[in-house]
Amino acid sequence: MNFILKIWRQKDRNSKGKFEEYKAIDISPDMSFLEMLDAINRDLAKQDAEVIAFDHDCREGICGSCGLFINGRAHGPQHGVTTCELRMRHFKDGGTIVVEPWRAKAFPVIKDLVVDRRAFERIIQAGGYISVDTGAAPEASSIPISKANAEEAMDAAACIGCGACVAVCKNSSAMLFMSAKISQLALLPQGHPERKIRVHRMVEQMDKDGFGHCSNTYACEMDCPKKISVTHIARMNREFIRAKIF
Amino acid sequence: MVLNSKIPEGPIQQKWDNHRFNMKLVNAANKRKYTIIVVGTGLAGASAAASLAELGYNVISLCYHESPRRAHSIAAQGGINAPKNYKNDGDSIWRLFYDTVKGGDYRAREANVYRLAQVSGNIIDQCVAQGVPFGREYGGLLDNRSFGGAQVSRTFYARGQTGQQLLLGAYSALSRQINTGRVTFYGRREMLDLIVIDGQARGIIARNLETGTLEPYVADAVILATGGYGNVFYLATLAKYSNGTAIWKAHKKGAFFGNPCFTQIHPTCIPLSSDYQSKLTLMSESLRNDGRIWVPKKAGDKRNPKDIPENERDYYLERLYPSFGNLVPRDVASRRAKEMCDKGFGVGTTGLAVYLDFADTIKRNGKAWVEEKYGNLFDMYHEITDENAYETPMRIYPAVHYTMGGLWVDYNLMTTIPGLYVIGEANFSDHGANRLGASALMQGLADGYFIIPYTIGDYLASSKFPLIKTDNPAFIESEKNSQDTFKQLLAIKGKQTVDEIHKRLGKIMYDYCGMARNEAGLKKALQHIPQIREEFYKDVIVPGTADNFNPELEKAYRFVDYVEIAELMVTDALHREESCGGHLREEYQTEDGEAKRDDEKFSYAAAWEYKGNGQKWEMHKEQLTFEYVKPSTRSYK
Ligand SMILES: Cc1cc2nc3c(=O)[nH]c(=O)nc-3n(C[C@H](O)[C@H](O)[C@H](O)COP(=O)(O)OP(=O)(O)OC[C@H]3O[C@@H](n4cnc5c(N)ncnc54)[C@H](O)[C@@H]3O)c2cc1C
Ligand code: FES
Repeated sequence: MNFILKIWRQKDRNSKGKFEEYKAIDISPDMSFLEMLDAINRDLAKQDAEVIAFDHDCREGICGSCGLFINGRAHGPQHGVTTCELRMRHFKDGGTIVVEPWRAKAFPVIKDLVVDRRAFERIIQAGGYISVDTGAAPEASSIPISKANAEEAMDAAACIGCGACVAVCKNSSAMLFMSAKISQLALLPQGHPERKIRVHRMVEQMDKDGFGHCSNTYACEMDCPKKISVTHIARMNREFIRAKIF
Repeated sequence: MVLNSKIPEGPIQQKWDNHRFNMKLVNAANKRKYTIIVVGTGLAGASAAASLAELGYNVISLCYHESPRRAHSIAAQGGINAPKNYKNDGDSIWRLFYDTVKGGDYRAREANVYRLAQVSGNIIDQCVAQGVPFGREYGGLLDNRSFGGAQVSRTFYARGQTGQQLLLGAYSALSRQINTGRVTFYGRREMLDLIVIDGQARGIIARNLETGTLEPYVADAVILATGGYGNVFYLATLAKYSNGTAIWKAHKKGAFFGNPCFTQIHPTCIPLSSDYQSKLTLMSESLRNDGRIWVPKKAGDKRNPKDIPENERDYYLERLYPSFGNLVPRDVASRRAKEMCDKGFGVGTTGLAVYLDFADTIKRNGKAWVEEKYGNLFDMYHEITDENAYETPMRIYPAVHYTMGGLWVDYNLMTTIPGLYVIGEANFSDHGANRLGASALMQGLADGYFIIPYTIGDYLASSKFPLIKTDNPAFIESEKNSQDTFKQLLAIKGKQTVDEIHKRLGKIMYDYCGMARNEAGLKKALQHIPQIREEFYKDVIVPGTADNFNPELEKAYRFVDYVEIAELMVTDALHREESCGGHLREEYQTEDGEAKRDDEKFSYAAAWEYKGNGQKWEMHKEQLTFEYVKPSTRSYK
């Protein structure tokens, strides 16, 4: 397969970026999107030209490093996969593919397709945990949890923190990301003692970092590679109200 | 130098307790006066950094990812062991200890393994308290499954994402400590060198990957939790950034390297389909619990697997190992798969694959059952291969997965450099010549949560720490060395990319130092590797500059270390004239192809000392004694 790529290039945080065009030739349909970029980069490197920088590591959809905005979709056209899992067979041979970094005020571009997602760290640091010191835990089986709750908590916990939800949201809201953590911990009895303060602090931090609010468009769920459901946003809102009222 | 493993006195059940009592404690109020650097934020690093900060130490945590949560541990799928005996099937600390020593083919230190088994239950308690959503039964209690090579169900899991959930647990504990200010976290930092002053590990040099700046960090002790070096092979199940630089630089500063050739090749990976492939993907071995492995009885049989009738299939693991069947340990399963393929029974376009078939399980329990247990793995397989494994058997082939070797550490997890500790996959301890499934997560968290917080205190309380600043000549010199290396690499301007050269190194390692090894092959590798290194320094091309984000430069300086590690791995494999665990020397096997250990000559851990550029390594032996688990031939028949 052959493709024309329009890829965002930007030297560093302070430079202005622009699209540059590249040709990807003889691409096998089984190649992943990142392997296709590897092929372009190999040719660039051989010409002593700077390669296209993009984040990646596990290349199996779990570390949350990769994240490209491909033809207007976070992680490209396939539902439920990350950029590194996306295969070229899902693209039209001979077509043009536009590749951009995540665009959000809270995620500044570091270089080319790499963004700084540390705002997510700050949200978790604000309260995305249960305060238990090492050694202080009770025997594991002393906390029974219904299978249904455990499963739903796991659904929420599957978030990989890639930031696709923010990138695809017209308000650049971090609600899906944040609600996944809040929901996971709200579903488990261990999380209950801190439920009020948790939601409070995390929401406060989200506002500080310049993420927008949710206006219920649900594009985030559509592009979430882990299919995290917007019902977690609803639960988070309930947690928030509960924290205010009770 | 004489190796001292510092195993405490007393019966094995009491060693750890005695030791904890005998170790010196740092006064609570004094802890914040000590600075500890923890490099790496995988299970080992994140759990250690969080636990040390909780105790009150001043902790500096670094990793090359932007976020601690992206460490390679996140990718572990299958589970974590602990002998809770919730299934009432006869499990105990003793059994886990026994299984691990035996599984490691009697090349691990008994005292360490016993301690690991002892603290493993606490890990599960800790994780549950953090909110890790382990799989549960309908009654609300924790579920367990049996996992590669174990006859009891002792593996805790969170769907096929156990590593992710455990890491997010440790990461949440770490985030909490970052929030309190007791941990200072630096992301996108890669450690390039260890700083040793007056014989003590006193800091590191790290590169800021975004700006290219070299940064000095001073401390009273340094902990490396930097993971395995399996990417020497280029194609492996490890994350692409996983590399050997941190431990290798420490090795060159005086830390001995333990059993470098002990590599684990995992049997259930998606086979290589062509040359462009950048990594191999693991399919959790939990699949072997319910899938059956087979090849056609006729070599070269290219029929659709569905058209091959039952009596023309060879379920070779079930045939060769009636009592363990498809659940034989990884090294055995991998070796047998390779053997089948070498003999021409392999399937798929390349002939380098065997089938893993779920048809029987689907017939017995239904598709929904399989979907609940393994759905994400089947999805992943589908996305990669475009095949539906509910309808046609998966194709699998072994791939490099884990390195049991690593920096040599004593019982306290300290290296031969005072003040330098190594935890998690980066050290050589606990797994001997072969690691059992679900025990790397266990070891990483045991080291980080429950061992290092005690043992490091003893060192801090009993050592002196002269004041050191970053303008110390040791820092200046090390920075200059790194800068010189960058300059050299950027100036070569040859014709081949780092990946192209690395792939060739990987092929040599797979061919000669992989699942099966022999003297002639290893000697050949020892000729090829220096040639590849020479070629690299003559013909590599690294574009860009050193003073900004430069992924090609990163690859290049990591390769510089890989190629040296490769040479030590081969040297070690050549010297070990026996077969044990993942190290199968073809000259040393029984008539029916089982590994033949030589306890008389090789019942030791090989600890290699770096003697300088161009010099031969010196090997030191840590003799292993087995008081409790008497070495026997590992048999899974
Ligand atoms: C696909 C896969 C599945 C697995 N499944 C299981 C399983 O089911 N059960 C099980 O028990 N084990 C499993 N394992 C093995 C297990 O995941 C690893 O052995 C374990 O997670 C290693 O943890 P670690 O903390 O030692 O290192 P890692 O998780 O590899 O972390 C290394 C850390 O060090 C940092 N780092 C490395 N070098 C540097 C440097 N120079 N400078 C700065 N930072 C550095 C990295 O950024 C990272 O934070 C699996 C492994 C793989 C590959
Ligand atoms: S590289 Fe890890 S999720 Fe894509």
